[in-house]
Amino acid sequence: MTAYIIRRLVWAVIILFMLTIAVFFAMRLLPGDPLMIYVAQSQLSSIGPEAMEKLRVEYGLDKPLIVQYFSWAGKVIKGDLGRSIFHNESVGKLIAWRLPITAHIGIVSFVVASILGALSGLLAGLRRGRLADQIVTPLAYVGITVPVFWLGILLIWVFGLKLGWLPIGGYTSPFEDFWMSTKQLVMPVVCESVLGLASMSRQMRSAVLEVTRQDYIRTAWAKGLRERAVVFRHMLKNCLIPIVTLMGFAIGTIFGGSVLVETVFNIPGMGRLMVNSIFNQDYVVVQATTLIFGAIVLVVNLLVDISYGWLDPRIRYS
Amino acid sequence: MTEQLTNAEARFSEAPPRVSEWRRFCRVFFARRLVIFGLLILFLLFITAIFAPQLAPYNPYKQDLRSTLQQPSAKHILGTDSLGRDTLSRLIYGSRTTILVGFGTTAAAASVGVLLGLIAGYFSTSIINMIIMRTMDLLISFPMIILALFMAAILGGGIQNVIIALSVATIPGYARVTHGVALSIKENDYILAQMAMGSDHLRTMFRHILPNALPPLIVLMTMQLGNLILAEAGLSFLGIGIKPPGAAWGAMVNDGYRYLLRNPVLSFAPGLAIMLVVFAFNMVGDGLRDALDPRLRGLL
Repeated sequence: MTAYIIRRLVWAVIILFMLTIAVFFAMRLLPGDPLMIYVAQSQLSSIGPEAMEKLRVEYGLDKPLIVQYFSWAGKVIKGDLGRSIFHNESVGKLIAWRLPITAHIGIVSFVVASILGALSGLLAGLRRGRLADQIVTPLAYVGITVPVFWLGILLIWVFGLKLGWLPIGGYTSPFEDFWMSTKQLVMPVVCESVLGLASMSRQMRSAVLEVTRQDYIRTAWAKGLRERAVVFRHMLKNCLIPIVTLMGFAIGTIFGGSVLVETVFNIPGMGRLMVNSIFNQDYVVVQATTLIFGAIVLVVNLLVDISYGWLDPRIRYS
Repeated sequence: MTEQLTNAEARFSEAPPRVSEWRRFCRVFFARRLVIFGLLILFLLFITAIFAPQLAPYNPYKQDLRSTLQQPSAKHILGTDSLGRDTLSRLIYGSRTTILVGFGTTAAAASVGVLLGLIAGYFSTSIINMIIMRTMDLLISFPMIILALFMAAILGGGIQNVIIALSVATIPGYARVTHGVALSIKENDYILAQMAMGSDHLRTMFRHILPNALPPLIVLMTMQLGNLILAEAGLSFLGIGIKPPGAAWGAMVNDGYRYLLRNPVLSFAPGLAIMLVVFAFNMVGDGLRDALDPRLRGLL
């Protein structure tokens, strides 16, 4: 198991390295000289060629690209993500304030999606064709087809505007006002978790249907075990493997969805920072947010891979 | 003599009736009502997109500032937006954006992805394979919409840049499928026989390996279309993509969002259209998968 974990870790580091290379060089694809973009954005209108040259040296843009990459990557490792031109603040600070918000909503969504997805799929699979299945299966279809931003607007209209039960947006820290924070969290969590939840539910249902036919389940029944024991002791672990695989995907959809959900619900998180920075042409921030979203997804996928090896010992040796 | 004949006849009649591949495909594909429903929606979508100028009751770009934000009525079935433009007409024209981005992206991503997958799978022992497939691993681990946003930030807005951005995000799926098929087919004796007869790399790749990858690729394309349409809607909701006054469903949802209390139909109608089309592509994709290759169930 240790060798397996080390292998996955090394692999994750390599991918992270590739990610930084891809992001760095993609930013250099921007039309025009990065220095010109900087100058245009900071509205230094009258700037002479000597001053330009000075700036170029100051920012290290006179050096070869490889050298520029390593000096940039070195700073990133130390947590220095550059300076936002639009906000006139260090990107690290901008993100340090917003990342917890996105992570809060994202983690709650992830937990909700995993638990409800697995349970509803289990129920639908065990009661195939019965009422529970007839409710879960169509809902899961809706879940994988609904545009999350539209679902958010629909929820706002029903629960925020018509019924007045929930606040229509914003974010409050749970340490400040727990009740308000929870109320504000309900609709964003529904939106961010829906795709992952529905996919997991579908996957779980078909895994249950597959496992029910196995000999060891028949043996378990034949031994006279109760349903609870058969389901939780013998079925669940075998059904969980495809669910764990989907968890990596779910994290992707949750953090990807945060871009849309935070826009709909007016939540000051990373997703909205990224969208706003695109419109403000604040490229340093776009670069940093992309990098961080990528790193989060990578780390989660690493954890998924490791738990996968724990659930299914065959995987460790392949 | 007569006995022999009857024997032969008996053996013949015992053999299972020959069913052509095509008829078997149709039987499985059309067995589910939801698949037929999906096909119907897609048919309507194409008709709407092709005959948009004939079907739209008004000019979708024409503003009428005297009749803004009107409720649905006999004159404007789905009401008007904040600039007095007819919602139904814009919805009809928006189907063109959906189809253009969906199919444009699929065509671009599939051709690049298939090519990369073929090369990587065919030269599986070389360094090319590692470079290609590891790059694909990197791309696939990224949330599609974040990757597309990042690309759009670099390339700028506009519909062709959305197509490029979404293509980059969907290439890995095609590369992986083709790679997998190429790896397994390459080991077959008939490929070796082809090589012995002097078939070159290109011919082997495209004439002998690619056809085997077609069934899973067709299924993947259909299913990806649904995801792409969702992603395009998300991007245009955020304001990236087709420039105003052009009509895109995601952007229409966003336009209507501001007037949710006064006229919710503005947001609801385009969202419902997105959902129906995505649902239709998923259904048809499911049906194709079951009919073409049921073994893919759970994989695609």
